Amino acid sequence: MTPGRQGSPQPPPAAVREQVVLERIDRARRSRARVREERITMSHGAGGKATQTLIEALFLSELGNPLLQEPLEDAARLRISGARLALTTDSYVVSPLFFPGGNIGDLAVNGTVNDLATSGATPLYLSAGFILEEGFEVAELARIVTSMREAAGAAGVQIVTGDTKVVERGKADGCYINTAGVGVIEHDLDLGVANARPGDAVIVSGPVGDHGVTVMLARGELDIEADVSSDTAPLNGLVAALLAATPGIRALRDATRGGVATILNEIARSANVGVLVNENDIPVRTEVRGACELLGIDPLYVACEGRMVIVTAGEAAGRAIAGLRAHPLGGQAAVIGRVTADPPGIVQLKTAFGGTRIVDLLVGDPLPRIC
Amino acid sequence: MCLGIPGELIDFIPDQPDLARVDVSGVRRVINVGLLSDDPPRPGEWVLIHVGFALSKIDEEEAAAAMRFLEGIGQAYEDELAALAESRIE
Amino acid sequence: MRFVDEFRDADKARALSAKITALCAPGRQYKLMEVCGGHTHTIYKHGLEDYLPEQITLVHGPGCPVCVIPMGRVDDAMALAGEPGVIMTSFGDMMRVPGSHGSFFDAKAQGTDIRMVYSPLDSLKIARKNPDKRVVFMAIGFETTAPSTAMTVLRAAAEGLSNFSIFCNHVTIIPAIKAILDSPDLRLDGFIGPGHVSTVIGCRPYEFIARDYGKPVVVAGFEPLDILQSIYMLMLQLSGGEPTVQNQYSRVVPWDGNPVALGAIGQTMELRPYFEWRGLGFISHSALKVRQEYASFDAEMLFGVPGVRVADPQACQCGEVLKGVLKPWECKVFGTACTPETPIGTCMVSPEGACAAYYNYGRLTRQRVKEASQP
Repeated sequence: MTPGRQGSPQPPPAAVREQVVLERIDRARRSRARVREERITMSHGAGGKATQTLIEALFLSELGNPLLQEPLEDAARLRISGARLALTTDSYVVSPLFFPGGNIGDLAVNGTVNDLATSGATPLYLSAGFILEEGFEVAELARIVTSMREAAGAAGVQIVTGDTKVVERGKADGCYINTAGVGVIEHDLDLGVANARPGDAVIVSGPVGDHGVTVMLARGELDIEADVSSDTAPLNGLVAALLAATPGIRALRDATRGGVATILNEIARSANVGVLVNENDIPVRTEVRGACELLGIDPLYVACEGRMVIVTAGEAAGRAIAGLRAHPLGGQAAVIGRVTADPPGIVQLKTAFGGTRIVDLLVGDPLPRIC
Repeated sequence: MCLGIPGELIDFIPDQPDLARVDVSGVRRVINVGLLSDDPPRPGEWVLIHVGFALSKIDEEEAAAAMRFLEGIGQAYEDELAALAESRIE
Repeated sequence: MRFVDEFRDADKARALSAKITALCAPGRQYKLMEVCGGHTHTIYKHGLEDYLPEQITLVHGPGCPVCVIPMGRVDDAMALAGEPGVIMTSFGDMMRVPGSHGSFFDAKAQGTDIRMVYSPLDSLKIARKNPDKRVVFMAIGFETTAPSTAMTVLRAAAEGLSNFSIFCNHVTIIPAIKAILDSPDLRLDGFIGPGHVSTVIGCRPYEFIARDYGKPVVVAGFEPLDILQSIYMLMLQLSGGEPTVQNQYSRVVPWDGNPVALGAIGQTMELRPYFEWRGLGFISHSALKVRQEYASFDAEMLFGVPGVRVADPQACQCGEVLKGVLKPWECKVFGTACTPETPIGTCMVSPEGACAAYYNYGRLTRQRVKEASQP
């Protein structure tokens, strides 16, 4: 440690020095986003920091308008001739195409239905665009499309328009699908993560990490067998049950790539609040936990495809849980934590062990291309 | 990198004496047990798994002894807390 | 018993914490080094510092095998990956370590065939499936991982594979600990000994630390209670008596290590006369290379590597962090120029690196009320 020179102030004590650095980090984190890479990497698709930065620094800065700005919710909310509509789109590039619990077709329908549902909309109509690889088996495509018909039926939506393109062998990995969806919002609730306030409860609708782990194991590269399957499901029925149970809902989010941790961070950043969750309260299936332990991955960052993160007013939590648990898809809904005033913008986890640590945005990409 | 996970040996892969299936919380994986050839593990025993290899057997007796020590500490602490709480109720 | 949950019990942690605090002599500061990166990770991930009194400081040591790889060796690995017809395979931790021209991850984005594997055996599988390609396995790790690499080389030899080789960057722990002990910058009171390295080398190799340097060593497991119990055992030793080596992780670590594992290493590898460690400089007999008899599995022999020594970037203070001289937040670029997304040094890249662990998990530790110690 270098001693202070004559005439200059003494070096500050350790605690103060650390505080200065923490503040520096916070300032750096809040500074304008900039994409430093010259080329797109898999991190840009992982749903974590790199994805956020790309969206902010490139897409929003070019395309931004009053309807397209931070915080970005799962769907855009539009007013057209007096009606409130929700509009959303998602692309599906999952590999492998078929996995326990579903296939790319199920994801394509449920994913877009869910983005509409979490905006508080009743999902109505979907489009479906296919990009097919030369050489892809028609029988496989038929299976996918049948699944989409069944998923749309289960969700109560209709696919009303679409497109098909074919690209040369070696591109599109068999099949890529894009779906867009529109729904109608028939209530007055203003749902959004920026509405979170200290004292609010944070809820997940069921066990986390099922989808991501299922897909990773289904790739067969890791020689791991486990009894896991994707949680892909349409959530509009569950959302309706929730909204009927209590008006005190502040925000709803579909937990997909980047996992629950990503949404918790979006809440903290958008509302400038703290989020404190308890590891013991987060439902994770035993096999999912086991697979994550084996691979050294945190289930909080693993994608789901049929789970929501819900923020409710503190006193509404009980009714919300009751409403969720009464529905088949919400049987394991649980309060996992609270919104706090401090420290703003930071998500913390109280470990099963009793200590506390930070849950930051995902860096890198532990599970490439899972949805 | 230092990631070592305990897993329970289920069975050996026929025709591949060095390979065995282990179970980690319901997740099963084939690993190589060649590093334990001095004292091969048996189905039902637990091993420490690191990058697809079993590095060591987990000694149940030692583990039980470790737990007993911890429980002892825990109990002594509970007793102290109880004594402290009682002495306040005056 | 499942051997995991039992060692994560919060009540027992509070009990140990009270006992540890009771052993601290008034007014005295204690500096304990946890050598192993896995321990650093556990400490931060479970918020263990919340259970320790202010008088005890945990110093993070150089036991992160990714963190100690100098940039020149990363460049060599990138050169290998860029050779025509090569599939480079590597553990996940290595993917984002920056060399002079980017990392494996960046190279992958530009089309280089680099694949993440969980085990060297996965790499062997890729070699079998791709007979027209040459598969290179980036072998990193301490003595924990070297036996697995060794067994894989032996398997490749037994199968007569001609398209598999390793780029050997295995390092050994004892010379690193000795370098720390001999360093004038540090005054340590004791060591939390590496748990999994010891399953291979046993506990005897640490005896010189107690005997010649007078510092106690407790070989520790990786669950939170293991680490707390080990700290308790160190504090007991520091309260009086001759320092010794103790094995807290006895359920996994045999006192004499694993002779079969050591044999496999000895058969396929030998010590390099010297090797450069990031931050610690050149240390003699501290790293392994492939033996002559297995030269056909040695990527350095098969391909040749540039072997250029590259100095760390000016701003990088990884060396001091690795030696425990600086805490992560004391590094000039921590949190600003050097973050997990834009790492300058290896301490921030590896999940076991002290800087990554602190940035990702441990910030705000000292600001929090010690809820943990309240019943």
